[in-house]
Amino acid sequence: MATSAHQTNIPAALTALVPRLREICGEDGVLTDLSRRRVYESDGLTYHRATPGVVALPTTTAQVAAVVSLCAEHGVPYVPRGAGTGLSAGALPHADGVLLVTSRMRRVVEIDPENECAVVEPGVTNLDITRAAAPHGYYYAPDPSSQQVCSVGGNVAENSGGAHCLKYGFTSGHVRGLEIVTPSGEVVELGGKATGAHGYDLIGAFIGSEGTLGVATRVTVSLTRSPQKTVTLLSAFTSMDAGGEAVGAIIAAGVLPSAIEMMDALAIEAAEAAVACGYPAGAAAVLVVELDGPTSEVDAQVERVTELCAASGSFETRTASGAVERALIWKGRKSAFAAVGRISPAYIVQDGVVPRTALGEVLGRIAALSAESGIRVANVFHAGDGNLHPLVLFDDAEPGAGERAEEVSGAILDLCVEHGGSITGEHGVGVDKACKMPRMYSDDDLTTFDLFRRAFDPAGIANPDKLLPTPRLCGERPGVRTGVHPLVESGQAEQF
Amino acid sequence: MTERPGPERLFGDLLNDCVHCGFCLPTCPTDVLWGQEMDSPRGRIHLMSQMHEEDVLTETAVDHFDNCLGCLACVSSCPSGVAYDALLEHTRHRVETEHERPRGERVLRAAVFSLFPYRARLRALRGPLRAYRSGGVSSLVRRSGLLDRLSPTLATMERIAPPLSSPPPPLPELVPAVGARRARVGMLVGCVQGAFFPEVNTATARVLAMEGCDVVIPRAQGCCGALSGHAGRLREAVEFAKRFVEVFEAGQVERIVVNSAGCGSSMKHFDRTMAEAGESDAWVERAQKVSAKVVDLTEFLVELGPRAERHPLPLRVAYHDACHLSHGQGVTSQPRELLTQIPGLEVSDLPNKEICCGSAGVYNLFKPEAAAELGDRKGQDVAATGVGVLVSGNPGCSLQIASAMERAGTPVTVTHTARLLDASLRGLSVEQALGKV
Repeated sequence: MATSAHQTNIPAALTALVPRLREICGEDGVLTDLSRRRVYESDGLTYHRATPGVVALPTTTAQVAAVVSLCAEHGVPYVPRGAGTGLSAGALPHADGVLLVTSRMRRVVEIDPENECAVVEPGVTNLDITRAAAPHGYYYAPDPSSQQVCSVGGNVAENSGGAHCLKYGFTSGHVRGLEIVTPSGEVVELGGKATGAHGYDLIGAFIGSEGTLGVATRVTVSLTRSPQKTVTLLSAFTSMDAGGEAVGAIIAAGVLPSAIEMMDALAIEAAEAAVACGYPAGAAAVLVVELDGPTSEVDAQVERVTELCAASGSFETRTASGAVERALIWKGRKSAFAAVGRISPAYIVQDGVVPRTALGEVLGRIAALSAESGIRVANVFHAGDGNLHPLVLFDDAEPGAGERAEEVSGAILDLCVEHGGSITGEHGVGVDKACKMPRMYSDDDLTTFDLFRRAFDPAGIANPDKLLPTPRLCGERPGVRTGVHPLVESGQAEQF
Repeated sequence: MTERPGPERLFGDLLNDCVHCGFCLPTCPTDVLWGQEMDSPRGRIHLMSQMHEEDVLTETAVDHFDNCLGCLACVSSCPSGVAYDALLEHTRHRVETEHERPRGERVLRAAVFSLFPYRARLRALRGPLRAYRSGGVSSLVRRSGLLDRLSPTLATMERIAPPLSSPPPPLPELVPAVGARRARVGMLVGCVQGAFFPEVNTATARVLAMEGCDVVIPRAQGCCGALSGHAGRLREAVEFAKRFVEVFEAGQVERIVVNSAGCGSSMKHFDRTMAEAGESDAWVERAQKVSAKVVDLTEFLVELGPRAERHPLPLRVAYHDACHLSHGQGVTSQPRELLTQIPGLEVSDLPNKEICCGSAGVYNLFKPEAAAELGDRKGQDVAATGVGVLVSGNPGCSLQIASAMERAGTPVTVTHTARLLDASLRGLSVEQALGKV
């Protein structure tokens, strides 16, 4: 176990905090030893790394509140972290701050089938909610590809989505209540089991705030009734264009699948190598289409979708309604990101959104970018809502390859914005895309965001340098106001 | 012949396969217990990288490497194909060679490794344990919690020691096939299996023979080296492996059938063990040939296909996936298939089936508290099925789960796939099958 001899390199500003943190979280709830702290240096995006000043592992809301209060009292920054699977470095630690890890807060507090909701702690994994609700005939609808490991606290912070968002929406549509600890250490309840609160939607504001407005310590989520029937179709095409055409045709026909996913040849190759999912050989694109609902409706839709795929040039469509076959189809899709590790030493997972009608055009431009730069790009995406996940492959042992891959990756985001889309669909902004926010938002927008943030966190200690561009992170840009907001200056608004 | 990459080079390459996605976390038993990154596979790989890149082995890192059960659930859940088994074996070897353990730990390890890989010594332990139990001292000592206070390790050894019956007669060196011969196979006796569950070996040999196999059981086979290898005692493992390779080369067998998951999982990689230890190419090659023949009993029987008649055995059982069978060898469907082929037998799965029971070779002796907690969890999952019979393919799991459930006051009968098959093939009653008459 850690001894004082191991407490090397703790930033001076934090040494005074350590004994108090130990009082709060217990001996084994505070990590000071350098090699242990280093293990937390990144989340799922390893490109950004920083050794946290100290790591705290609270187990209760009271402990979280006490740790945050302590930080507030000393003006020490803190960064919340759940399972550490985020892909935008939203949980990148602060070298002079406290990393507040919620991985020990993983109790399913209550499953309430009568009110169709569940109350869970932030460290509970997304899939564990579904596991706990399943015996009652319910599940938790938002399903990020990492659902078996990512935790609900992070889902709330990032407003996570997943394959089934097309029909069911993102996390924001499934949270009824939150218990949060504000950046000053106050415990606040927002909403509850009942739906339809009036007034400002503070839950809406909190979801997707990436830890900048506080830490969620308890989450009340809506549960969704398990559908009577679910059918998964796997349709293979000889070109990405044909696949894209099928997507357009399905939506135009008024069918609303719960998911429409698309993978290109490179992504299929990776998934096959990893999990032997048995996708049709020779496919340049596959569509995974899932239909759920009442049996009669689903049966009719399956027929319709199969016809539409064939009309768009699909050479094979398989239908899986058994749990095992369906799981195998999804396994290929859901493991695709990590599976790319099998075909490339390193890669960047990009996340951008384009209007669905621009899909074909943007994919063509991405292919051209890839050909010009000689950098391979695999495409996995939520085709139904235009959420792209290009995987930019490179060899990190090759000098300069990482930088070139970053360039391609950045150019893809430019394409998205150019076509009226967004720089992130579901992975969040974090550190990774903070400097890209000005590509989407005007200076006035960003200043308003900042003002809003400071209403919750006047001292700027809650996950600083994330979400919004800062001079420290992105350099000074002309025209950005860093002083007092003009509304405050003119006495029309008050900062509190 | 191209030159093999040295273990260090290979280790660096293998480390790079991890993309830090975290998919390994939920099935890692120590992550389940403690929820901290350095006791998860992803965190341990980070610690291994620190060790590798900076060429230092800190006490902290050793602590967390020691905490790993080596259950390999992370290998099953890794989408990037990280060879955590190879990483861990190399790391443990480095720990054993470079790290000076405190005296108490050294003594305990020396004692365990001079006992467990030797069937005769384990068997000799049966006598004293029997006397100890029948004298009623056992329950008295257990109730007092005295052992727990003196040494959690001793307490664990006492708890997992199975109730003893008279052992069946030792197996001959050749059990001939019944009817037309379909194969000539070798059979591993195993140390713990041989000493504590000889009836499982008898059943295995009988089932193989009844399915038309000549079964070769060399007396000189000794330990396969799995326990030593998994603990990083590479030299010891290699010596055991060499003897094993020699003995089974001489046996002229087509396959080598194993009924103990931990052994099989290690025997399938004799060549890796030899290479890691820097043995000659010739040895690596010989080891590779023998490893290629190694097969789990259930894997082999499914491959062979059923020939002997299955008699009904009306019984509800739950099947426990031993980690080194499911995660270590990818064998999950075969035992279930064989069991469901028995008329009247119903098989159910355990909740959280991918989580280790805490036995993990000799882990329960070195980390008794963590092992007991995992055993209790597994016991609760078994109890949740409402089934009174648990089938397991590994002796360590059988000991661990049986003792956990006895401790919880929900005793269960733990048996081996081979014993139920044997009973079905011989047309025994349920009571006879479970050894209750």
